[in-house]
Amino acid sequence: MSAVVESHDHHHGPAKGISRWLFTTNHKDIGTLYLWFSFAMFLIGGAMAMVIRAELFQPGMQIVEPEFYNQMLTLHGLIMVFGAVMPAFVGLANWLVPMMVGAPDMALPRMNNLSFWILPFAFGVMLSSLFMEGGAPNFGWTFYAPLSTTYAPPSVTFFIFSVHILGASSIMGAINVIVTIMNMRAPGMTLMKMPLFVWSWLITAYLLIAVMPVLAGAVTMMLMDIHFGTSFFNAAGGGDPVLFQHIFWFFGHPEVYIMILPAFGIASHIISTFSRKKLFGYTSMVWAMVSIAILSFVVWAHHMFTVGMPLAAELFFMWATMLIAVPTGVKVFNWVATMFRGSITYETPMLFAICFVVLFTIGGFSGLMLAITPADFQYHDTYFVVAHFHYVLVPGSVFSIMAAVYYWLPKWCGNMYDERLGRLHFWLSFIGVNVTFFPQHFIGLAGMPRRIPDYALQFADWNMISTAGAFLFGASQILFLFIVVKTVMGGKKATPEVWEGAQGLEWTVDSPPPYHTFSTPPLVK
Amino acid sequence: MSGYEKYYVPDQSKLPIYAAFSMFVLIMGAAGTINAVGTGDSISKYVLYFGLALMGGTLFFWFKQVVQEHLAGLDSTQLNQSFVYGMAWFIFSEVMFFAAFFGALFYVRTFSVPWLGGEGEKGLANMLWQDFSPTWPLLTTPDQGSMYNIPNKSMSFPGWDKMLLWLPLWNTIVLLSSSVTVHMAHINLKANKKKKFNIWLGITVALAIFFVGLQALEYYEAYAHYGLTLNSGIYGSTFFMLTGFHGFHVMLGGFMLAVMLTRSVFYNHFKPGHHEHFGFEAASWYWHFVDVVWVMLFLFVYIL
Repeated sequence: MSAVVESHDHHHGPAKGISRWLFTTNHKDIGTLYLWFSFAMFLIGGAMAMVIRAELFQPGMQIVEPEFYNQMLTLHGLIMVFGAVMPAFVGLANWLVPMMVGAPDMALPRMNNLSFWILPFAFGVMLSSLFMEGGAPNFGWTFYAPLSTTYAPPSVTFFIFSVHILGASSIMGAINVIVTIMNMRAPGMTLMKMPLFVWSWLITAYLLIAVMPVLAGAVTMMLMDIHFGTSFFNAAGGGDPVLFQHIFWFFGHPEVYIMILPAFGIASHIISTFSRKKLFGYTSMVWAMVSIAILSFVVWAHHMFTVGMPLAAELFFMWATMLIAVPTGVKVFNWVATMFRGSITYETPMLFAICFVVLFTIGGFSGLMLAITPADFQYHDTYFVVAHFHYVLVPGSVFSIMAAVYYWLPKWCGNMYDERLGRLHFWLSFIGVNVTFFPQHFIGLAGMPRRIPDYALQFADWNMISTAGAFLFGASQILFLFIVVKTVMGGKKATPEVWEGAQGLEWTVDSPPPYHTFSTPPLVK
Repeated sequence: MSGYEKYYVPDQSKLPIYAAFSMFVLIMGAAGTINAVGTGDSISKYVLYFGLALMGGTLFFWFKQVVQEHLAGLDSTQLNQSFVYGMAWFIFSEVMFFAAFFGALFYVRTFSVPWLGGEGEKGLANMLWQDFSPTWPLLTTPDQGSMYNIPNKSMSFPGWDKMLLWLPLWNTIVLLSSSVTVHMAHINLKANKKKKFNIWLGITVALAIFFVGLQALEYYEAYAHYGLTLNSGIYGSTFFMLTGFHGFHVMLGGFMLAVMLTRSVFYNHFKPGHHEHFGFEAASWYWHFVDVVWVMLFLFVYIL
């Protein structure tokens, strides 16, 4: 016990060697771990996407077996959602939330470390299923029953348990963020003075705590149906396979907002800084995010319009979904109004942020098209859907993460990145992403089904173009890795403020910030 | 906010990564064991046991350290508030876990079972098994028992005359009383009557054990005399999953309270002050939570 007493008062730098990363309780270290982990997962999930696109380069079966294609498709989705995008946002929250609210660290630092270290184990289990008998999960990232129950490979059991511990990680991470924000703000920082990234994470954390347990319930019911004779998803016993879809999407729709709300926060910071203007409509930004979060709980069945629901349900979910366009529109207008008459400069973070606003809006519009029930009967399960959600996730979430990395990396490591290389990375990614996904709108509207490794000859040209774009996009991420490593290794020293006129507590400390910031909270006026 | 206490940021710790590793061993063991049911694979079982032991050990030392830090006076009022918020949000996540199973129950009762019986707009589903007539509790499954067992009796309210022999009623009485007793313990703790606190808390733990015993008896009845099993179609599925997970949570909550009792009786932990007994308070919140879940179960699984 005496060790406990002695160790707490003197502040010191990081521990040496590997133990720094294994046993750390420091929010900056844990943020770094999350970010590197998510980047590794981004590359692994990306490699799987390359397998998919390579197979689709030409019609006919060329490279992989259909069974393996299904496994790639499933793991690509799972890894990108749970391994790349979500951990990247949690990493950003770890780095930024304590510094933005003027707290010494996250509220529960040891649990913070646990939330991270669950991830490598969970994905280790999930990826190891590739080498198990019957192969990896092959039922798509939405794992609909009975594909994921009656007809699943044996590795589904490992998949189910890895989802359980991933959920535990997310819940603990979210509790940590929410408690930090509620309890650790510097004196004077009222809720409506919080930076928007903090607001976006407060709402995201709430969504995570609300829906990750529902996902745990869904996979538990799967487990019971597969191994213990229950009949939740089997009509022969009085259950219903559609019940699975309802439960999954009750989780799944808030989940997609979990992957976009922090992006809203990031874009608000960056657009305001590089327009050299105060953000337009702060209060409406907050309430827009709150409305989006609330609405996200009552729109889930728009993923299931064709499954056979009563007409009243189809109508309700159509109108509720369209309502979301209102708060989202508020946000887009606010970003545009912030840029209006600003003294804009186009550094790499700003390029990514503007691109985020434009391309995310395109993804939002195709979402509105999909929300129209009768039209969705045509679009459902086509490449139009694939194009839609990749537009909101890649140039949406992923670009916002890249924008955030360019924007805050000089703060984190104390060195400026190479602006020319950064812009090159942006333009390659921008071209790559549009060449990949824009043609998928066309082939989708023409009727090409998603998740099928072969297709009719009429889709050949656009698929070939899409694959070319995908490889361009994939390759340009190696450049991103190079730029980040180069910046961490050295470069022009960054000032504490980094960007002219950047607002927020994180810009008041040195670049890089000391290992422990705000041991005594600053006073916010 | 006058004067600002220093927030305690713990030094680096080996506990979290041990916990993560334990989870890894645990799920490898659990998945391996479940996949190997009936094949005679004996290794996974031991991996599972090892994982459980690791997890238990890690949690023990983790909580021990937190308690020691508290006793050493390292936690400020603000840190205590973090625990308060943390526990509240954890309970909210548990509420949402149960919501998934209650949602499943409401869905099958309101939609899928009537549809399978031919009712309403989606009654076409009746073409699958045309002899099926929907009832709740659903004893005869749509496939008329070719895949699933048909129980001869459900757990629902048996009528006023047989009410006193109906176990769920006694379970309700036991659990509701235990919520009162744990509250009495709390009142006495705040009044610094440690002896009374120990007695009321002891009664609560005893009631928890009694509840689990009654629940075990009910499960025995279901399996041995009613033919009601996990394999009895959607009624058995929802019944056992809802009451089973509730039972697990009662065991967990009871275990927490038992730990608090041990800490109080043998180590004289907990003082009346507002921030001097959150360990107990958190466990009692959890206990009230499992109580509320039971009330919902009693209403929607047993009575309605």
